[in-house]
Amino acid sequence: MKHWYHPGFWIVLLLVMGIGIFPIISQDAAARESGFSVLLAISMAVSLNIIMGYTGYVSFGHVVFYGLGGYTGMYLIDSLGMSLPVAVIGGGAMSALLAFLLGKAILRLRGAYFALATIGINEAVRTFISNFDPFGGPTGIELQFSVYKVYGGAANALWITYYGVVAIAIFTVIFSYWIKSSKFGLGLMSIREDEDAAEVLGIVTPDAKTRAFMYSAILPGMLGVLFFFKNGNVEPGDAFRLHFSIESLVMIMLGGQGTLLGPVIGALSYQRLRVSLLTSDLSIGPLPLKEFQLVIAGLLMLLIILFIPAGLVGWLRQKFNALRKVLL
Amino acid sequence: MSVLLQVQNVSKKFGGLTALKDVTFDLPSGQILGLIGPNGAGKTTLFNTINGVYKNDGGKVIFRGVDISDKKPYEVSKLGMSRTHQIVRPLNDLTVLENVQVGACFGHENHSLAQSLSIAKDTLEFVRLDQKIDQLASSLNVAQKKRLEMARALAAKPYLLLLDEVLAGLTPSEIDEMIKTILAIRDQGITILMIEHVMKAVMNVSDRIIVLDYGQQLAEGTPEEISENPEVIRAYLGDPKLAEKLMEDR
Repeated sequence: MKHWYHPGFWIVLLLVMGIGIFPIISQDAAARESGFSVLLAISMAVSLNIIMGYTGYVSFGHVVFYGLGGYTGMYLIDSLGMSLPVAVIGGGAMSALLAFLLGKAILRLRGAYFALATIGINEAVRTFISNFDPFGGPTGIELQFSVYKVYGGAANALWITYYGVVAIAIFTVIFSYWIKSSKFGLGLMSIREDEDAAEVLGIVTPDAKTRAFMYSAILPGMLGVLFFFKNGNVEPGDAFRLHFSIESLVMIMLGGQGTLLGPVIGALSYQRLRVSLLTSDLSIGPLPLKEFQLVIAGLLMLLIILFIPAGLVGWLRQKFNALRKVLL
Repeated sequence: MSVLLQVQNVSKKFGGLTALKDVTFDLPSGQILGLIGPNGAGKTTLFNTINGVYKNDGGKVIFRGVDISDKKPYEVSKLGMSRTHQIVRPLNDLTVLENVQVGACFGHENHSLAQSLSIAKDTLEFVRLDQKIDQLASSLNVAQKKRLEMARALAAKPYLLLLDEVLAGLTPSEIDEMIKTILAIRDQGITILMIEHVMKAVMNVSDRIIVLDYGQQLAEGTPEEISENPEVIRAYLGDPKLAEKLMEDR
């Protein structure tokens, strides 16, 4: 009994499809590159929203799933000669496995303790990978140029990874809506509102939280494979960049945590802002604005928490009751 | 009449403090058992120990023939025991309807989301909150939140309902309404264990009453026996008015 006709779902789906299809129609490489980073950001934010927005557990080191998935996929392609689709599935599976094990261990922590633990995990995995020889230690894994031959050469491989990220972005939206409108999702939101009350009401909280954590980890794992395959190499510093996690958090907060549309809008506007800062010639005193991306992210987060903690979509829903039926 | 709940020598300690000591009673199906006692007597602790929020430090709780002493709250809930909280715990950012659906979905009948919809609507009508269905739970007043807690617990279709001070903080007319609701729940065949400070209510609706004081059972009996028990009156003498009231309300 899903409400697949809900306008709030179609708004988000068509928005993401529109962003994804535009570069395919125009066949423009520059549009494809910006489309790739926007869709990557959207999928990361929508995935993180499952554990953070629906369940109320802030995963600060979520990039660990992206990095580990990426590494796993690159290893499967480079050392075991597997195809990209298999590597993508492998990366997702590895991230889900890590989330499952972590879920058993650290999801009993609440609030800030959980957030801190996830940062610790990211650092621990980074250090481990830096010293793990099969994954190339500190230098990482670099793909041979010949790998791309199977995919019609490097230029064509870029298009293939783009189709991959479009498919994943569309899937994350459907997946996120499915969770939000399911019985399982109702359980997650009960945990977010009051975990002790949720337990008394019969929600098997340890299982529900672990499942939510796994669901929010699978797609980042797959995205990591696509990104690093396109990139051609993966290094510990690139794969486990903590500030990528923090940027995803800002995107969710900006758009509205716990909503379907919020993370999409948040990712879209944050990416726009980032690009305009990076390409800007303006400067504040001796400092060029392009160095300012993370400063702005920090400020933005502060302002949102202080003034509109519900984010843009959450705020609209609170202010205009009629929008509740349209915006999810 | 079969015994639904057996509490046998249950004890609970917090550090050096003994909150409950050797509490023992049987609750037959279909009855209302009142649990009274001065503040800090261990009434809510007893609830928490029965439904698995706390692990007991001795003794056994047997529910429908199953030993639930070591079970988690969600396991106890799935066996058919629901409760309300003394300090209401609504799921604020969910609607009233969704709150009650949670009870129906995850309680012991394990309904699907679609099935839970009609159960939740019926239950809300029963507790007379059906006008508020689409409001957020946070927008309700205290009396309505208490009804919401009750609806959420009832939607699980429990065998046993634990009510923790559902009358506290209500106006006299709200209390009369709530008493009617409680009796109607009993008439549906649901067994009730209730903590209550409003003496008039607990004396009127209970089939039997247990008095707790400093974590120990001071007395057990029918409302008549309890109100005439000198030990009970002495326990309440810290609050002479209450003792007086106890006599009056009989």
